[in-house]
Amino acid sequence: MPEARPVEHFPMSRGRCPFDPPPELDRKLRDEPVSRVRIWDGSEPWLFTRYEDVRALLTDPRVSADPDRAGYPSQTPGVKARRSRFKSFIGMDEPEHSAQRRLLTGDFMVKKIQAMRPRIQQIVDELLDEMLAGPKPADLVQAFALPVPSLVICELLGVPYDDRDFFHRCSKVLVSREATAEESLAAAEELQGYLGRLVKKKLDDPADDVFSRLATGPVATGAMTVEEAAAMGQLLLVAGHETTANMIALGTVALLENPDQLAAVRDGDDALLANAVEELLRYLTIVHSGRRRVALEDLEIGGQTVRKGEGLVAATDVANRDETQFPEPDKLDVTRKARHHVAFGYGVHQCLGQPLARVELQVVYRTLYRRIPTLRLAAPVEELKFKHDMVVYGVHELPVTW
Amino acid sequence: MKVVVDQSRCVGAGQCVLVAPEVFDQRDEDGIVVLLRENPPAELHAQAKEAAQLCPALAIEVDG
Ligand code: SF4
Repeated sequence: MPEARPVEHFPMSRGRCPFDPPPELDRKLRDEPVSRVRIWDGSEPWLFTRYEDVRALLTDPRVSADPDRAGYPSQTPGVKARRSRFKSFIGMDEPEHSAQRRLLTGDFMVKKIQAMRPRIQQIVDELLDEMLAGPKPADLVQAFALPVPSLVICELLGVPYDDRDFFHRCSKVLVSREATAEESLAAAEELQGYLGRLVKKKLDDPADDVFSRLATGPVATGAMTVEEAAAMGQLLLVAGHETTANMIALGTVALLENPDQLAAVRDGDDALLANAVEELLRYLTIVHSGRRRVALEDLEIGGQTVRKGEGLVAATDVANRDETQFPEPDKLDVTRKARHHVAFGYGVHQCLGQPLARVELQVVYRTLYRRIPTLRLAAPVEELKFKHDMVVYGVHELPVTW
Repeated sequence: MKVVVDQSRCVGAGQCVLVAPEVFDQRDEDGIVVLLRENPPAELHAQAKEAAQLCPALAIEVDG
């Protein structure tokens, strides 16, 4: 009989390479693709690491994404404390999930987002003008990576960009692994109040934005309460800037560390650029604490029998390093076909904002390295502060010069 | 080749439109998938298959 391994704590710490998932996850993918892990609250959900198993798990109608169900393995104490209070479609199952999500699918469809490309280009250009006119070295996170998606999501949703310091502060607490339940609840309450007031304002004075459409549509007809609209707004606002900001900054670190790949991105055509964005999404998989679910009945996934009420974690970051899907998975290769990665998740909860993220990243990566061909890190990569303490991975600061 | 879409499953993630714009579109009002060609010509088969493979909601089926 093989020796029983001790139950590992999840998430594990990373190894030497800041871009690779923890070595222990890599080992699991090879020798122990399904295993029990222990999370912060002492519970022991199942962890799935293989690409095929992750896709099977995330499309199985017998699993639930509802954090209120017993056994749901919450990412952090904050997520657990907030769960039913501020519920949006990310934590709902069918048919409620689709009913809510469909209120937004029109605003995030490919055509509509493509039409925003010139405006996104303008935002990127203006921020780069400002950065180039300012002092060196600059912090790329504050000067560029965070403002780009923040401005874009503010305009799309109808949130005043002047309030960014406030909502950046709240969302930082919401994605922190170290925030206490109280801190997390307080940040969510504050953001909820702010967005609720905004929805009411849009009801009287609507404009051409998502919040106005929610206010004058489902909220006005009574299909949705102001609180529900505000909770949905929290999700859209936080997810809309945190993730893309991290992809911009971390993607830049990865490209600067791989100069041949950076040159390919800078000089390649639009098809290569689109491909490079998919590969960077795969390689970096910034949502690195897994997608969480709970079993609604006894079932089998990846050869493992799971019991009703047991927690399930789909490790999308390591699934994106599964060599059965991506040969030489630890290599960043912007020419590989990587579209089928699971960095946006999979199943009905796959990221709603992915068309927006793609266009933003395409415009950003193309423009940044063309306009600043001499861009380089102003600190050794080993000294960068990576976001081990957040549910979304990235860098806290990125000193660059040119 | 025959392509079938199930609009009731679609979550509007837009993967199909990105890889096979000649076969799929999204409805203007709500972003739900619309099938443009039920029997796409041979040169679009690979794209249509990729769309079915990428669709996170398993809303697309192709045969042949
Ligand atoms: S890929 Fe699937 S879920 Fe997304 S728009 Fe097309 S049919 Fe709908």
